[in-house]
Amino acid sequence: MTAYIISGGGNKQVAKYIIKRILLALVTMFLICFITFFAMNAIPGGPFNGEKAKSEAVLQVLNERYGLDQPVGVQFVNYMKRILHGDFGVSLKNGRDISSIISTRFAVSAKLGLMAILLALVFGIVLGAIAALKRNKWQDHVIIFFVTLFTAMPSFVMASFLLLIFCIQLKIVPVWSTENPNYILPVIALSLSPMANITRLTKTSMLDALGQDYVRTAKAKGVHPLKVIFVHTLRNALIPVITYVGPLTASILTGSLVVESIFTIGGLGSAFVDSITNRDYTMIMGVTIFLATIMVLVNLISDLVYKLVDPRIKLD
Amino acid sequence: MAANYDIPTPKKRLLSLQINPKLFEKATDEEKKQQDVMAQSTTFFRDGMRRLMKNPLAVISMIILIFVILVMAIAPSVVPYGYDEIITVEGVRDKEAANLKPFEYSPKEQAYMEKYNVQVFPHIMGTDELCRDYFIRVVYGTRVSFFVGIFASLMVLVIGTIYGAIAGYAGGKTDLIMMRIVDIIYSLPDILIIILLSVVLRETLDVSKVPLLGGLGSNMISMFIVFGLLYWVGMARLVRGQVLQTKENEYVLAAKSMGASSGRIIRKHILPNCLSVIIITTAQQIPTAIFTESYLSFIGLGVSLPRPSLGSLANAARSGMQSYPWKLVFPAAAIVLIVLAFNLIGDAMRDAFDPKLRK
Repeated sequence: MTAYIISGGGNKQVAKYIIKRILLALVTMFLICFITFFAMNAIPGGPFNGEKAKSEAVLQVLNERYGLDQPVGVQFVNYMKRILHGDFGVSLKNGRDISSIISTRFAVSAKLGLMAILLALVFGIVLGAIAALKRNKWQDHVIIFFVTLFTAMPSFVMASFLLLIFCIQLKIVPVWSTENPNYILPVIALSLSPMANITRLTKTSMLDALGQDYVRTAKAKGVHPLKVIFVHTLRNALIPVITYVGPLTASILTGSLVVESIFTIGGLGSAFVDSITNRDYTMIMGVTIFLATIMVLVNLISDLVYKLVDPRIKLD
Repeated sequence: MAANYDIPTPKKRLLSLQINPKLFEKATDEEKKQQDVMAQSTTFFRDGMRRLMKNPLAVISMIILIFVILVMAIAPSVVPYGYDEIITVEGVRDKEAANLKPFEYSPKEQAYMEKYNVQVFPHIMGTDELCRDYFIRVVYGTRVSFFVGIFASLMVLVIGTIYGAIAGYAGGKTDLIMMRIVDIIYSLPDILIIILLSVVLRETLDVSKVPLLGGLGSNMISMFIVFGLLYWVGMARLVRGQVLQTKENEYVLAAKSMGASSGRIIRKHILPNCLSVIIITTAQQIPTAIFTESYLSFIGLGVSLPRPSLGSLANAARSGMQSYPWKLVFPAAAIVLIVLAFNLIGDAMRDAFDPKLRK
């Protein structure tokens, strides 16, 4: 293992892999910007054909001011420049600066999302480990039953049911309001289905690790069972879970779109859904690029960490 | 039994382990027959199906799906309401028939039933706020979900298999370039791109005049376009990997050295080995597509009104959740039931058809 890291060939390979992975992420980001830009251009009737009719002269002035009279290529370059400076333009519906909307709204979503990620990871790993250790016992069956059920439940179904049962029927949890923010239900709704996936993943890799020779050796040596579980098995079993952090973030972010609208939380997700209903194109594009950047970055980081943590993994 | 054939008796040595063959008896025909009992020869598909049928969860899921399909097929001809039809009593619009509970009749319907002493077809799941029978709307919504799921997975099957097989079989530069494209598409955040393209295609695509497709509405078409553009990459990767692996096997080399054409090698050696991957991935694609469709419908990008979809029905039911919770429960339960059944079948198929998992 150490020899692998020290040897020059391994290092070169690692560096090559990192560069390749970063290049791929850059290409992906460029492609996303490219798709969004041309998607925006493809929509009939420019951004100024709103409800109120504007005169030809006004339109021309507006077009010139926003550079819409230039050829598409130039427009794309300008667009990329603006985006790289963090300028997503202004919302078509309320004229506010999209970057500032995103930054204020995202604070709420980020809090919600991070809590959900944490909950999903902790419970997923614990339940997965229990299911693996108690294989084919009732604990395993109960956990797998719920896991199977949760993976079949879209986040909006989960959120609606939680709201229906706990807020409306039982009235245990108060409905969300800005003065009295209660994150419990939305966090649960967001985290249940990724949690189910993490449980499955942990169970499989834990079973795999439990069957390894070094675990048997440790047991035979008389190492304390808890030490075998935590030091020898779980640590190795958790490596594949790192790869799931990317999809986990994507699932939480897309899930937050509906969960926020259901619980009427004023986060970025509900702003995005509102902009879809209101056909606020610049807002749609801005949020798409913003969320896509987060997803691509998290994917990149989790992939790199995964490959670096475990030297046994072949760099492909 | 005395030895009656000529085997020279080896010289007996002290402590020798050598066995004297004369001590053996000849097996009778009956005894020989016992040794003949072997597993019946079976094909890959039959063997997989046998394993699938042994899995109780898979069988229950199949029964559920068959039941759902039967309801979808039969209900529209049995239930005398249309999915966008407002309930009428004696040709007059029944305004009191809004938001009825399951199996409840409106006052007008009750009066009608008493007057003529007939039975009006019950509203199995009640009615919605526009006085439409909810059961038939849920049935049509389920149809949409099924249609989307199966069509999308077929698209993934065709595009992914062809692309992956070409990349894997060609190898070299072609493979490298083709797989880079797959890598990039794979790293795109699919839901976001689907939302974006659905928004745009909804505005730009006018399919209402195209025969056959026109009835689907532009949202549905754009959804399929996006599925076709994005979802096949997983399948392409798997098929390519499988082809690459199979290609290197000795039996392929043997077939080549005996002069088999590449067409025969693909048909007889490579394709059958990829079949399990293809079947499993296709089966697992269906719930993903149903999920995506209901998600898009829920945020208002799915099938166009008045056509119902399970996602849009659940979304519409949110506003009256306090008073009419069953309107949310029915479509949501339908989604969960269908996705659960498809998931379980997909898992069972993986266990049944993946030779690598067999031990």
